[in-house]
Formats: sequence, C-alpha cells, structure tokens
Amino acid sequence: MADILLETRNLHRSFGGVHAVRDVSMRVQEGTIKAVIGPNGAGKTTLFNLIAGTVPPQQGEVYFRGRRITAWKPHAIASLGIARTFQTTRLFPHMTVHENVMVGRHPRTRSGFLAGMLNLPRTWREEQETQVKAAEILMDLGLASHMKETASNLSFGRQRLVEFARALATEPALLLLDEPAAGLNIYETQELSKLILKIRDRGVTCLIVEHDMSLVMNISDDVLVLDQGRKIAEGPPAAIQRNPEVIRIYLGDEHA
Amino acid sequence: MRLRLYYPVIAATALIVALHVLLATTGKTFYMTQITMSAYYALVVIGLCLLMGYAGQISLGHAGFFATGGYTIAVLTTYNLSSYSKTPVVESLRSLGLLVSWQDLYGHEILSFSPWPAFLAAVLLTALIALAIGLPVIRLKGHYLAMATLGFGLIIYRIVLGAKIFGQADGISGVPPFHLLGDLQINGRPPFRIQNYYIAWAAVLAAMVLALNLVHSRVGRALRSIHENEEAAHSLGIDTYRYKLATFVLSAVLAAIGGAMLTHYNGSIGPSEVTVLKSVRYVAIVAVGGMANLWGAMVMGVLLNFLSLRGVFGSFDDAVFGTILIGIMLFAPQGLLRAPKLQAATALLSRRRRND
Repeated sequence: MADILLETRNLHRSFGGVHAVRDVSMRVQEGTIKAVIGPNGAGKTTLFNLIAGTVPPQQGEVYFRGRRITAWKPHAIASLGIARTFQTTRLFPHMTVHENVMVGRHPRTRSGFLAGMLNLPRTWREEQETQVKAAEILMDLGLASHMKETASNLSFGRQRLVEFARALATEPALLLLDEPAAGLNIYETQELSKLILKIRDRGVTCLIVEHDMSLVMNISDDVLVLDQGRKIAEGPPAAIQRNPEVIRIYLGDEHA
Repeated sequence: MRLRLYYPVIAATALIVALHVLLATTGKTFYMTQITMSAYYALVVIGLCLLMGYAGQISLGHAGFFATGGYTIAVLTTYNLSSYSKTPVVESLRSLGLLVSWQDLYGHEILSFSPWPAFLAAVLLTALIALAIGLPVIRLKGHYLAMATLGFGLIIYRIVLGAKIFGQADGISGVPPFHLLGDLQINGRPPFRIQNYYIAWAAVLAAMVLALNLVHSRVGRALRSIHENEEAAHSLGIDTYRYKLATFVLSAVLAAIGGAMLTHYNGSIGPSEVTVLKSVRYVAIVAVGGMANLWGAMVMGVLLNFLSLRGVFGSFDDAVFGTILIGIMLFAPQGLLRAPKLQAATALLSRRRRND
C-alpha cells in the first residue's frame, strides 16, 4: 500500500447553525486522484478550505505526511507543498499570464526585501530562473503563445488553465482542484481529464471536488461522497456507483 | 532587459545636472534651496507610493513618521549633555565616539550626539513605532491602517506641541550640519547650496533605484499579487501579513530619513511638519503621481512641494492639496500622468490639428 499523503481526522466546522462539515475522516494515498462528490451544500468546498487553511476547523485534525497542519495559515500550508485552484478562477487579472505563473514560484524562491532592493547577482539569477521555469510550465500546458497577454483578456477555459499552471509552479505534492470542470464544455472537460491524469503520472497527488460525474468516474482512483457535511461513502468509483445510499442522494428523493 | 529599468535614472541624472546649469546661467541658483527641500519631501512620497500603490494600504500618518525622524535627530543633536558629562553613561557614550562637542550660534559649548548615531537612532525608533502600529492593525482587513496612522499623527502632533523637550510651538532650532563623509555635509547655508542640491538628489535617486528594484523583484510581484487577489496570493505561499507589514515599516523608514535629512538641512523642525494636513498632502501627491507609479510620485513630490515652498499657492496651500486629492479621485484615479481624460484630450487635440 502506498504512503498516506493527507489525512483528516474527525474534522468539524459549522457556520452559525449550519454544520458544513461533520466528523469527516479520510485519507489520500500518495500518487492517486481522489474525488470529493456530493450535492450542493454537502460541504465539499468547506472541506477544501479546512485542508488549505483558509478556514480553521472547530474540531478534528489535518495531517500532511504525518505532520499535524491543523489550522496552519494558508501560506504555510502552501509552502509545505499543497497547492489549490478555486471554484471561481482567481487569477491576478492585471498581471500577464507569465507573471501570474511566476508568482506561483514564490514558495520555491527566497529573495526578500533587502535582496530585492539591492538586486544582488544571486537575486538576479533567481529571477531569471523564475522566468524560465514559469515559461516552461506555460509551454507544457500549451499556453506559450499567451505568455505576454494580460490574464483577464484570456478566455474562461484558458484562465482556468493558467490557474493550473500557477498552482503547478509551486511544485506541489498535493493539488487541490475545486470544481475544475465547472463552466467547461465537453471537449474542454476531456482535455482537462487528460491533463489531470498527466499531472498525476508525474507524481502529483490530486484531490478534486467535482460535479461532473463522467470526469470523476473516469479519472479518480478513489471517491469520497459527502451529504449535508457527513461522509456517507468512500471507495473506488465502481463501488461508489453501486452504493445504494449514493444512488438515493443523487437520484432518489427530494432531499437531493 | 533589466538595464532598461535604470534608463530613467540616467535621464533623471542628466536632467538634474541640466537644471543646475540652467539655474546657474540664469542667476537663479537660490531656487536650489527649495528644490533641495522638495527632494527630501519626495523621499516621503516614494515610501508612501510603495505602501499605497504596491501594498494597497493607506497611511494618513506619514507626517508623523517624518517628524519622528526629524525630531529624534533634532533632539539628539542639540540636547546639551555637558552638565551630565561626569556621569558614567555619558562618559561611556563619549568613549564610544557617539558624542561631539561643538559651539552653537551664541558660542556656547554643547556636548550632544553626533549626527550619524542620531540618524541611526531616528531611523530605528521610527521603524519600531511603525512595527508597533502595524503589528496589530495590518492583520485587520479594510482601512484600519489609515485610521490607526491618522491617530498616530494626531498624537505625535500633540506631543510635539506639548512637550518642552520638543520646543512646543517653536519647534527645535540650531540643529548642526550633518557631516556625511569628508567635506560632504548637509548644511542649509548658501555656500553649501550646490553641494546640498546634489546630496538631496543623490538620496532621492538612491531611494528610487532601491524602490524600482524592489517592485520588479519577487517581493514586488508578491505585493502586486496581494493587491490583485489576496486569497489567491495567500494560497501560493505568500505571507500577506508579513509583506504588508514590512512594506509599511519600509515606507515609514523612508519618511524618517527624509525628515532627518531635511531637519539638518533647515537646521530646525517645527510642529507644522506634523499636521494631518501634511499627511494628506503626501497622500494627494501619490494619487496625482498615479498610485503604483514611482516616477510619477517622485516627480509630483518634487514639483508640488517646490511650488508650495515658493508660495505659489499662497494661503490656500492646504486647500490646493485637498482639491487636488478630490479632483484626482473623481476624474483621474489612475493619476495625472496616466489620466484617460488627459489622453483623450491630447488625442482630440492632435486630431483637430490634423484636420486643420
């Protein structure tokens, strides 16, 4: 069995009277793609925010490579090797595509205020490396011709791709993708699944929140199903598809 | 590619020399005094531009930081320690070479701190105060820093007006020249006019080079990303809080350096430097310059302060800066140098000319 990269234990978070995430424990194996599915309001994005540190849990723990990272600040978690994309794409709109991805190199570079002001040779070299690395990632994702464009001028699908590139630039061990297929057409979704598989094959573990069932069932190694904040099923896609509880919440009654 | 960043610095140096030649040939070298003073004010503006344009925070207390620098150095270099000269503290300070004996205007022997240690103390004290204000406040989202610095500015103003050591309404005068290195000294007397014109500009250009390097570095990119989308920046490993705090402290330090140098140049500092209106003036200048536009802020900083010091705005001085701020916010939020209306106007003019 592969190593466990990420583990949550009895995570709990409520907002006012709403229990967004209730007692969720799960594990993500290194080198796999794990999907989190569930109806709207099931607590999928909240679970992501708890892992990424955007929202602290009220109870429970998060472990990354066996290390307790519960309620760490997002920047510290990112520096450990957890990158994320957002449900609604959050690029730096007035920066170029290249600059957006260069910001992603932040946790892998060091120059601080003093080095930046003095522009020492070491700082300058690091800056060159950052530019080259960012360009390589963009080329790899087929965005090389858009490098100099302002991010907000790109099409929706390309903006999402840039967000991917930016997250990959941090060289993450774990990539959190929040509804990557939202707003994409069938063709784009197919391209996306190929991309996610490619990323996985390079050794980046992926945790995906997704509505698009075809995407989830085609690419994930493991699926977690949430409903009203609770975990109701966990297992390989084939087993999840036959799970009566899952069928009930997706197809069954008016609670869905 | 990187060198292109410094072309304007070279051009500015040439312009500064050309201006000297122009003033010398027209017999108007006395303008250099106000230009020198304006250059020191421009240091404050450069720092504030980093804070407002790049870290997206507003300070309404930069006159307070300017004054912290200026008053600290004024007190340390003029406070007479000779009556304590036998105490072990003063003796040890003297043996460390931190003190200097000199004669004031009336021929009195004065034992005080020499300018270099006083300068470092002024910068350090300002940095600590900025840190103390920023630590709790920058964590909060919104305009809390503006309010906290506004409060700080008011407090400093009242302290300066009330405390005997700061000379109350008279301020502190008789601040000695600052011997920088060899014959170089910050000294406002006419024989030193040309030298000081270049010292002040050297300080401004040095600050510009450092600031330009910074905004084009990893840190500058991180600051811009925070400005554009804080949550995304945070998720990419950028410690947004630390970056904003460090920028705030840096901008306060630049204000303090400007204050300290101008205090030596003028030989004095008074409470008029500490008013909220002064802080608003700096904000207005950064806004006219175009927020995230260091060159614009610097040029406007020198130009508008020069006009103000020459008395062009008369007794409406502060009203002019208030009007400028409102006007910029309404008609050219991108700053005067990048104003779309201005561009449209020039485009219109050129089209008209073509039609004629």
